[in-house]
Amino acid sequence: MEYYFHQYGVLLIYTVLALFVPVGMLLVSYMAQFIKVRPSRPTQVKLSAYESGLPPFSPKPVMFNFRYYYYALLFVVFDVETVIIYPWAVKYGLLSQQFGFIALGAMLVFLFVVTIPFVYAWRKGDLEWIYNQK
Amino acid sequence: MTDFLYENVIFRLIYCNLSGSSDKCVNEYGYVQGIFPAGFEWLAFLLAGFLLAFIFINGILGAVILSIWGERRLYGRFQNRLGPNRWGPWGLFSSVADAIKVMFKEDVVPSDADRLLFNIAPILMVFPVFMIFSVIPMGIGTFVVDLNVGLLFILSVTSMSGLAVVIAAWASGNRIAIFSGLRAVAVLISYEIPMALSLVGVLMFAGTLSLGGIVEQQKIPFILLQPLGFFVFFLASLAEINRTPFDLTEAESELGAGYLNDYSSMKFGIFFLAEFAATIGSSAIITTVFLSGWKGPDILPSQFWFLLKLVIVLIAIVWVRMSWPRLRIDQILELAWKGLFELTLINIVATAILVTIWPNPTMGEIWIMAGINWLVAIPSVIVVGKVLRRKDNKTIQAGRDNEPYPVGTETLAPSLVNKVGEK
Repeated sequence: MEYYFHQYGVLLIYTVLALFVPVGMLLVSYMAQFIKVRPSRPTQVKLSAYESGLPPFSPKPVMFNFRYYYYALLFVVFDVETVIIYPWAVKYGLLSQQFGFIALGAMLVFLFVVTIPFVYAWRKGDLEWIYNQK
Repeated sequence: MTDFLYENVIFRLIYCNLSGSSDKCVNEYGYVQGIFPAGFEWLAFLLAGFLLAFIFINGILGAVILSIWGERRLYGRFQNRLGPNRWGPWGLFSSVADAIKVMFKEDVVPSDADRLLFNIAPILMVFPVFMIFSVIPMGIGTFVVDLNVGLLFILSVTSMSGLAVVIAAWASGNRIAIFSGLRAVAVLISYEIPMALSLVGVLMFAGTLSLGGIVEQQKIPFILLQPLGFFVFFLASLAEINRTPFDLTEAESELGAGYLNDYSSMKFGIFFLAEFAATIGSSAIITTVFLSGWKGPDILPSQFWFLLKLVIVLIAIVWVRMSWPRLRIDQILELAWKGLFELTLINIVATAILVTIWPNPTMGEIWIMAGINWLVAIPSVIVVGKVLRRKDNKTIQAGRDNEPYPVGTETLAPSLVNKVGEK
């Protein structure tokens, strides 16, 4: 227990420093403004969004392709799958010594169940970026 | 405390020299008298942790400066030109000059930007990259911490960088940046699945998630036992760090600088730092997991072997970048879902069968397993490649009859859609 406490204590110190380093870089760069090293002369043209030199004409909010949502949904399904596979994989050496191929069979059943929506999405054409409607 | 002091050599050195009459240091490791009086062990612990983290983070920053210089020299070699050679010997200080310059540039925040998110995004981008290095063993006893969930920690922390990209893109208030951010998220989340699943085979052989444990379990480097896993992981990590051939978030000809479009000064510098540090980080993961980390002949210290393997992987990444053109977004996403995902499933099943047959392999059996895995890997890569290629040809032929759809472009503004559609 004490071991974990010390380990995660050091990790916490590291985390704080890892957050502090970029913040400190930004602060130093910001401070340079006050000793007249870094210029700060904003104009209206400079402050407009850079859209390849043209005056910005984006509608707000921007519209985008709905296909991104398909990938997000599929990602949720298979990321959960990964989370469940990991503990099984770590203990697989012990499991297979005890249960033999049953340990593999149990995971194959799970993989098969998860593969059904994948095949369905593939057949439906959700994995294609260019959707050819027949 | 015994375990942690025993394992982590640098921490032990600092802690035992600071804390006064700590029993562990005196009795087990023979340190005589520290700087602090007795009762200040907590202060020694805090200071030692701080110094350890300070050394590692500064090491990363130095490594990034060096790797930018090294990569630019290598690009020069590949393109038959000199590369940076003015500042310092062989142009060694040109990255330092760049870092100083970028610090004193004017910082422009666009008027449409969401100021808070715009400032947070670079910090969120570089933070996970620093966290990768906290669990990687860079030699015997040379690490910050060796978590027993190290690999899972890395995977969870790195998935934060996708969030940083989309925050940066959204906060800019620029349509080009938003398209770039959306593409980045689509690619990052698609490749996270093959990346995570390709490590499952390694976990089955190693039986632990701790990176130090994985290195110790490698009697031969896991690249020989897990060729398919290495292949998938290498491609997926190229996609995760936005390297060519998967760098369409920063496709200059389509999106300008992508989500970096409106960033300037130190914020741009931090994004740049994060990108190169991520390259080093993913090479460090590849070195640790697949190339047996710090292991090597005893004639040189373990840290040297780790660095040597790291540099070899970095050069391989630069080589890929110099050799391959950028892929289209449909090709990239198809490769992730229809190619690499299936390869990882094949790898998991093949590895599981081998581990069941030889639970406690001798050296000869390990080589037999490696041979079988290569025999599985090469045909399956070829078959999947053929399937993907045939699909691509078919789409082109069928596309003649259909409405030609501009590949890789996102939805146009409603005012423009009618003009394009009318012809």
